[in-house]
Amino acid sequence: MSVLKVENLTKKFGKFTALDNVSLELQEGEVFGFIGPNGAGKTTTIRSILGILKATSGKITVFGKDSWKDAVEIHKRLAFVPGDVSLWPNLTGGEIIDLFIKLNGSNNKSKKEELIKLFDLDPSKKCRTYSKGNRQKVALIAALSVDADLYILDEPTSGLDPLMEKIFQECIRNLKSEGKTIFLSSHILSEVEQLCDRVCIIRKGKIIETGSLKELRHLMRNQITIETKSTVSDLENLKGLYGLTVRDNTYNFQADADKLISIINHFNSYGIVNLESMPPTLEDLFMHHYSNGEVNSNV
Amino acid sequence: MFNITGSKVLSAFILKKDYKRILIWIAILVILSFYVAKSFPSLYPTDMDAKAIVDTLANPAMIAMLGPYYGDTNSFQMGAIFSAEMLLFTALAVAIMNILLITRHTRKDEEEGRLELIRSLPVGKSAILFSTLSVYTVVNIVMGFLIGISLALAGIESMNWSGSILYGMTLSATGILFATTTSVFSQLTQTTRGTLGYSFSFLGFTYLLRAIGDINSEALSLISPLGLIMRTKTYVENVWWPILIVLALSVIIGYIAFRLNNIRDLNASFIPVKPGKKDASIFLQSPLGLAWRNQRGTIIGWAIGMMILGASYGSILGDVESFFSGNEMYQKLLEGIGGAGSMVEQFVVMLYAIIAMVGTVPVLQIILKLRHEEKRNRLEHILSRVVSRGKLIFSYVTLATITSLIMSFAGTFGLYSASASVATTHLKFSTMMKASLAYLPAIWVFMSITVLLLGMFPKAIKVIWVYLGLTFATIYFGGLLQLPEWVSNLTPFGHVQKIPMEDYNIISGIVLFAISISLILIGNIKYRTRNLEG
Ligand SMILES: Nc1ncnc2c1ncn2[C@@H]1O[C@H](COP(=O)(O)OP(=O)(O)OP(=O)(O)O)[C@@H](O)[C@H]1O
Ligand SMILES: [Mg+2]
Repeated sequence: MSVLKVENLTKKFGKFTALDNVSLELQEGEVFGFIGPNGAGKTTTIRSILGILKATSGKITVFGKDSWKDAVEIHKRLAFVPGDVSLWPNLTGGEIIDLFIKLNGSNNKSKKEELIKLFDLDPSKKCRTYSKGNRQKVALIAALSVDADLYILDEPTSGLDPLMEKIFQECIRNLKSEGKTIFLSSHILSEVEQLCDRVCIIRKGKIIETGSLKELRHLMRNQITIETKSTVSDLENLKGLYGLTVRDNTYNFQADADKLISIINHFNSYGIVNLESMPPTLEDLFMHHYSNGEVNSNV
Repeated sequence: MFNITGSKVLSAFILKKDYKRILIWIAILVILSFYVAKSFPSLYPTDMDAKAIVDTLANPAMIAMLGPYYGDTNSFQMGAIFSAEMLLFTALAVAIMNILLITRHTRKDEEEGRLELIRSLPVGKSAILFSTLSVYTVVNIVMGFLIGISLALAGIESMNWSGSILYGMTLSATGILFATTTSVFSQLTQTTRGTLGYSFSFLGFTYLLRAIGDINSEALSLISPLGLIMRTKTYVENVWWPILIVLALSVIIGYIAFRLNNIRDLNASFIPVKPGKKDASIFLQSPLGLAWRNQRGTIIGWAIGMMILGASYGSILGDVESFFSGNEMYQKLLEGIGGAGSMVEQFVVMLYAIIAMVGTVPVLQIILKLRHEEKRNRLEHILSRVVSRGKLIFSYVTLATITSLIMSFAGTFGLYSASASVATTHLKFSTMMKASLAYLPAIWVFMSITVLLLGMFPKAIKVIWVYLGLTFATIYFGGLLQLPEWVSNLTPFGHVQKIPMEDYNIISGIVLFAISISLILIGNIKYRTRNLEG
C-alpha cells in the first residue's frame, strides 16, 4: 500500500521554479532516501508534503488524504524532524520535547526518557545554550518519542557526531523492523546507503533517478588506485576506464561498475601489488548524471 | 585599548543596509517639522488664538505631556509655541529611531548569528560597535542640521537661524544619547527583545520622570536626560549647555558599552541564564501555552509599565486641579471655548486615550510574534504536528485579547490609585474603568488589521506601527494643531466616546467590534491558504 504519493508536484516561488514535476511514491514499511545537493529542493518537497507550502500544481496524498486540505488529520500519524532546527531560546530542551509530544497528540513519557538517555542530552538546559548537535537531538527525540506511521526526517544527522549518528541509525533500523515507513532526506550518500531500501535523487528541482541502490550502483564509477609489479600496457583499449593518471607503477582512475571485472583482470596480468577502491560519492553520482545529461542533450 | 580594525568597511556595509530606513526616518522628521512650522501662521492667525494656545501650553496638564513653555506669556512668539509643542515629541521619535536601528546592528545581528560570521573575519572586537555608533552619530547630526535648516527656511519671523540650528542640535544630541544607551543595553541582555525592552523602558522612564519633574521639581527634570535636553529653551533663550552635558554623558555611556563589549564573550550577556525545568508544566501543552510562555515577560513588563504610566499621570492630577480651581478666569475662558466638563476631566479623557494607545503596543507585538516565529522557522515544529493554522492564529488572538484587557486595567489602576491620593475631585474607579474599556474595540480593530496583514501581506506587517504612530500623533496633537475632523475619523481611536464627557455610544462600539471580527476572519482565511516560510 502506498503511504505517500507525490504526483507531478511543481512549486514556484515567484518566477523561480523550485520543484519541477516531482513524482515519487513510498510503500508501507520501506525506508526511502531522498538525496540531492544543497538547494536541490528537498526541504521544499518536504514542506509541501507537510502542507506548509501550497503546491503550484500537482497532487500529494499521504495515507490516501490530501496533504494540503487534510494536513491536521495526516499529522496525527506523522512525525517530523525539520532540516533547520530553530528552537525557542528561553525554553529548555525537556520542555520543548514535552510540548512537541503533546502537540502530536500522544503522551509517551517513558519513550522520551529512554531516548534522552540514549542520545545523552541534558534536558534542563535552555535552548540558547545548546550546540547545533544538541538542538538536532531535541528535534530527533521529540519525533522518535511519538508512535507514528510515517517519519519524515530532513537531514536528521546534520550536526551529530559519529557516535550519535550510529545511535540514530540504530533507531531507524528499529523503526523499520516495526514496519514503519521512513522518508529520509540527506546529502550524504553513505548514510542513505546504510539505511535505505530505495533512493531518489533530486537535482535543481527535478528527479533524476529513482530505484534501489543496487540499481543505481551500476550507474556509478568507483575510484580505483592500483599498484602493479610491471608497467601496464594497452590501457587505451580498456572500456569503462576514465580519468587515468599514472605515477611510476601506480594507476589512478575511475571505473564503470559493470566493467570493473574486466579492468581488474587486465591489470592482474601485470601483477597487482596493491589495490584500493573507493565507493562512489554523491558527487561522483552527480558528475555521472551531469555528464550523461550533457550527452543526452547533445543527441 | 579597543580594536576597531575593519570599521571602515563595516560602516559602509551598515550604510548600505540601512540607507533606505535612514532616509525615510529623516524625511519624515524633516517634512513633519517643516510642515507644522509652515502652517503655524494659519493655525494661530490672531493674537487671541495665540493667547489661547499659550494659556493651554502653560497649564500643568499640557506641561506634563509636552514639557514646559518657556516663552513670554504676554507677547506671543511662534518659535516658543512651536518648540513647546513639537520639540519633546520629535525628540521621542528620534529616540525611538535610534533604539530600533542600533538594536538591529548590535544585539539582533548577534542573536541571529550574523556577527559570528563578521567576527571570524579580520575585524576588531570593538569594530562593529564602533562603526554602528559612528554611523549613527553622523546620521543624527545630519538629521539635526537638516531639521534646523528646514525650520529656518520655513520663514516664521521668530524662528531665526540660531534658534533653528539649536533646535536641530537638541534632537541630534537626544539621538546620540539614546544610541549609546541602547548599545549598553545590547551588551547587558542576550536577546533583541530584551535590548528593545530595556531601551524603551529607559525612554519611558526618562519621559515620566520629566513629566513629574516639569510640574513639581526642576531637579527631577534635570536628572532625566530627556528633561535636561528640553532646557535648551530653543527660540527663547537658546542655551547650549544642556547639549554639551548630554554629549558628555553620551561619551561616558558609549565608553561603558565599549568596555562591556570588550570583556564579554560573543553571544553572552551579563544577565545570566539559569538552568530550567526538565519537563513542561501543565501550562506548556498547547500553542496558547507556548505563546504565553514566550511572551509572558513582555506582558508582565508592559503591565507594570502601564501601571507606572497611569500612576505618573495620576500623580499630577492634583496640580492640574488646583491650577484651574485657583483661577476663575481660566474656568470662564474654557467655558467660553465650549468645552463641556472641567479641565481636569478633559485631561483625564486624554489620559484614557494615551493609556489605550500605549497599551495597544504589546497587543500588536503578540500578533507580530507569529510572523517572527514564521521567519525564524519555528512554526514548522507546530504545524507539522496535530495543530491547524486556524488554531494557531486563534491562540495568538486570544492571548492578544487578554493582554488588551490586562493593559487597560493596569493603566487605569495606576491612574486611579495615584489620583485618589492627590486629587479632590473624586473619580470613581468604575467610571474610570468604563472610560478605559470603551477603547477596547478600537484596540481590537488594530489587532485585527494586524491579523489581516499577517494573512494577506505578511511582508508588510510592520506597517501597522506607522498607522499606530500616526494615530498617536493625530489624537495627541489633534486639538493643538486643529486637525480637521475627518483626520481623526481615519483611526478607530477617533470613534471612541470621551467618557465621562460624552455618553457611551454602544453603536460605535458594536461597529468597531464587528469590523475587527470580520477582519480577523478574513485574515484567518488568507493565513490558512498561503505559503508559510517555515
Ligand atoms: N520561500 C522561498 N522563496 C524563494 N525561494 C525559495 C524559498 N524556499 C526555498 N527556495 C529556493 O528553492 C530551492 C530549493 O530549496 P530547498 O530548501 O528545498 O533545498 P534543499 O534541497 O533542502 O537544500 P539543502 O540541502 O541546502 O537543505 C533553493 O534554490 C532555494 O533558494
Ligand atoms: Mg534543506
